[in-house]
Amino acid sequence: MTYQFDFGAVLAYWPLLLEGIWTTLRLTFFSTVFGILIGAFCAVIRTGGSSWARAVISLYVEFIRNTPLLVQAYFLIFGIASLGIRLPILVGATIALTVNIGAYTTEIVRAGIESIHRGQLEAATCLGLSRTQTYLHVVIRPALERVYPALSSQYVLLMLASSIVSSVGVEELFGMSNRIQSETFRNFEIFVVLGIIYLLLAMLVRTGFTLLGLAMFPRRRKLGTSL
Amino acid sequence: MSAIVELKDVRKSFGNLEVLRGVTFNVNRGEVAAIIGQSGSGKSTALRCMDRLETIQGGSMLICGHQLHDDDVDLKSLRRDVGMVFQSYNLFPHLTVVQNIMLAPRMVKGIKAKEAREIADTVISKVGLREKMDYYPEQLSGGQQQRVAIARSLAMEPKLMLFDEVTSALDPQLTGEVLRVMEQLAADGMTMILVTHEMAFARKVADRVIYMRDGKVHEMGSSDILRTPATPELASFVSESAEH
Ligand SMILES: Nc1ncnc2c1ncn2[C@@H]1O[C@H](COP(=O)(O)OP(=O)(O)O)[C@@H](O)[C@H]1O
Ligand SMILES: [Mg+2]
Repeated sequence: MTYQFDFGAVLAYWPLLLEGIWTTLRLTFFSTVFGILIGAFCAVIRTGGSSWARAVISLYVEFIRNTPLLVQAYFLIFGIASLGIRLPILVGATIALTVNIGAYTTEIVRAGIESIHRGQLEAATCLGLSRTQTYLHVVIRPALERVYPALSSQYVLLMLASSIVSSVGVEELFGMSNRIQSETFRNFEIFVVLGIIYLLLAMLVRTGFTLLGLAMFPRRRKLGTSL
Repeated sequence: MSAIVELKDVRKSFGNLEVLRGVTFNVNRGEVAAIIGQSGSGKSTALRCMDRLETIQGGSMLICGHQLHDDDVDLKSLRRDVGMVFQSYNLFPHLTVVQNIMLAPRMVKGIKAKEAREIADTVISKVGLREKMDYYPEQLSGGQQQRVAIARSLAMEPKLMLFDEVTSALDPQLTGEVLRVMEQLAADGMTMILVTHEMAFARKVADRVIYMRDGKVHEMGSSDILRTPATPELASFVSESAEH
C-alpha cells in the first residue's frame, strides 16, 4: 500500500494558516522592537553603569541564557497570572519572547560597544559631549552597525523559536498547524507546508533587517558596503 | 603677556610608575609651544592632563582660567576652551565630514543646524577641504582626515589647541599638508601646544620649545635651543632626530 499525498486537504485550511502566520509575525515584530530597545539599554548599562546595575543586568542575561525559553515562558505567563493580572495570552507570550531576546541582544550589543575604540570616546569627551550624548551619537550607532549581522540572525532565530509559545496556548503558525493536523491527520503534508512557510518567513525577516539596516546606516548605503 | 597655561610641579603616576615628576612651564596667549622628547618621557600624559583626560596627583595646572585639580572644575567649560587633536584622528566613522564637524557645536553649544552648517563651512575652508564636506572619513586620506579633525576642533572656537603627534601616522607628503594647516593656525594667533617629532617644524613655528626627559622638563627656551642646546641630553636628542 502506498501513501497518497494530499496537500489539498491541508491547503484547504488556508485561512487558519494565514491567521497563524499573522500571529507569528505580530509576535516577532513586537518582540523585535522591544527586544532591541531593552538590549541596547541594558548593554549601555552593562558597559557604563554603576557596579550594582551591571550585576543586575548580568544576572538577567545569565539567567535567560542558561534556562529554556519554554520554562521562561511558563514562568512569566503563569507568574503574571498568579499576581492576579489578566493579560491576553498573546501579550503574555510577547513579553516572554521579549525578555528572552532582550538578554541575547544585550550580549550582542555589548560586544559591539566594547569594540568601539577608546579614542572615539576621548574625542567626544574633548569636544565637550556629555556621557549620554557620547553614547547616543558616537557609540550606539557604530556599535549596532558592527554587530548587525549577528543581530539579524538572532532575530530570525527568534521568529523560528516563537513556535514554542504554541505550548502555552498561542495559536501562532505552529499552533495552527497542530490544529489542522488533528483535524486532517495529514502529518507529513502539514510539516512540509509548515517548513516552506517558515523558510519564507525567515527570508522576510532577513529582508526586513536588511532594509532597516540601510535606513539606519546611511554610510553603508552610500559606500555600497554590505552589512 | 598673560599665561593661559600654567603648570607648576605637576605630578602624575600610573600605579607605581611616576610618569610626570614635577613638570613646570607656562605658555602665553598666542604662543606656540612644542614639546619634544624621547618616547615614554611623559609628553602625551602631560597633554592629556591639560584636557583632564587624566587627573593630576600633585602640583597645579591652570588652563584658560580653570584650576584643574579643583574637584568642582567645570569640565564642560574647560573643554569648550580647549581643543585636542590626536595622532589617530578619531573621526566618527559613521558621520560625514560635515556631520563630524557640526556634532559638537549643536550638542554642546545648542547651535541651530543652519548656523552650525555655516561654522562648518568656515572651518572646513580653513583646512582646504570644502569639496569633501559630504564624504565619509574612510573615503579620505590620512592627511585629509587629520585636517578634518583639526576643523572639527576649531568649530568649537577653542582658546587653546593641543596636538599630540598629529603627523606621526602620515607619510612625508601628507605630513606637509597637515603642518601647513597648523602653521596657518599659528599665524592666525591660535595658542597651540604640540607634541611633535618634526624638528624642522618646531624650529620654524614654535615660540617655545620644551624638552622633556623622564617626566621632567629637562630644557626649555626659544626654538634657538634646538640649534644651540645647553644640555648634552638635548644635544644628542636633536642630533638623533636629525638622522631619522
Ligand atoms: N593609561 C596608562 N596606564 C599606564 N601607564 C601609562 C598610561 N599612559 C601612559 N603610560 C606610561 O606612561 C609613560 C609615559 O607615556 P606617554 O606620556 O605616552 O609618553 P610619550 O608621549 O612621551 O611617549 C610610558 O611609560 C607609558 O607606558
Ligand atoms: Mg605620546
